Amino acid sequence: MTVADYAFYLFAIVLTAAGLMTIFARNPVHSVLWLICAFLSASGLFVLLGAEFLAMLMLIVYVGAVAVLFLFVVMMLDVDFSELKAGMAQHLPVGLLIGLVILMQLTIVAGDWIWADAAPMLRAAVAPPPAEVENTAALGQLIYTRYVLLFQLAGLVLLVAMIGAIVLTLRHRANVKRQDVLAQLYRDPARAVELKDVQPGQGI
Amino acid sequence: MDGLLREYLPILVFLGIAIGLGLVLIVIPALLAPYRPDPEKTSAYECGFNAFDDARMKFDVRFYLVSILFIIFDLEVAFLFPWAVAFKDVGLFGFWSMMVFLAVLTIGFAYEWKKGALEWE
Repeated sequence: MTVADYAFYLFAIVLTAAGLMTIFARNPVHSVLWLICAFLSASGLFVLLGAEFLAMLMLIVYVGAVAVLFLFVVMMLDVDFSELKAGMAQHLPVGLLIGLVILMQLTIVAGDWIWADAAPMLRAAVAPPPAEVENTAALGQLIYTRYVLLFQLAGLVLLVAMIGAIVLTLRHRANVKRQDVLAQLYRDPARAVELKDVQPGQGI
Repeated sequence: MDGLLREYLPILVFLGIAIGLGLVLIVIPALLAPYRPDPEKTSAYECGFNAFDDARMKFDVRFYLVSILFIIFDLEVAFLFPWAVAFKDVGLFGFWSMMVFLAVLTIGFAYEWKKGALEWE
């Protein structure tokens, strides 16, 4: 076995174990930390496949951003651990049933999957040969021209996500004093300050 | 082993050293350091008086808004990288396709600026 094989087994075992721990950890925050570990191992596997750009994207987007988002969600839920354990027995049958259904569906898919004879050739016709073009450049040559519709749709999805997040969560509080920079800059000293000549002993 | 993986070998070595060092730093104190807990040592310390309440409180939803806006622009920048690498190959069409993509997200940016989502009141 070469070093690459050892690295593959290392990352694959860590990925599987971290995925299991994500499910079985009692504390939701620990679950998220195990999930981050799983993301890191998955990016190692991507590097071993030669998909450098996806590996780095996995690190930047999933480990850097999505994991933080998960942590926020977990902390916003105000998790009560005793309450969680009490609900466990109640939801267990439904959860097991759903898991069983998904497992059966996956088995059917995996069992009936037949590669079309033309599939490798179709893929090779679209993608530049991996030996000549490196991963990131190959992606760049495809996304923006051949798959331009999907690319623009991705942009629209991001726009919808942005607007949706603002509409759902943005609440301006009443009675908050804010700084209005323009109003401050354009304030006229002549009208802002008034000088009074007060005579002694008379007051204003 | 092919060239790409050979370039990543130092990172694997660093990973091994980091995991090994982490294990050493956990295992050696567990074996050697004295461990004599008592209730006063292990209780929460809050500037000398007893803790007022639990540390697990709800976060404000505004943190979530900031982080989700960050992720969206993070993804936008992620799309720029392959575009920049393949800039000479994508041609004028690829250039304008990216400009349209950026324009769509700039609309969203203008919306969030106008709504005051970037302000921390």
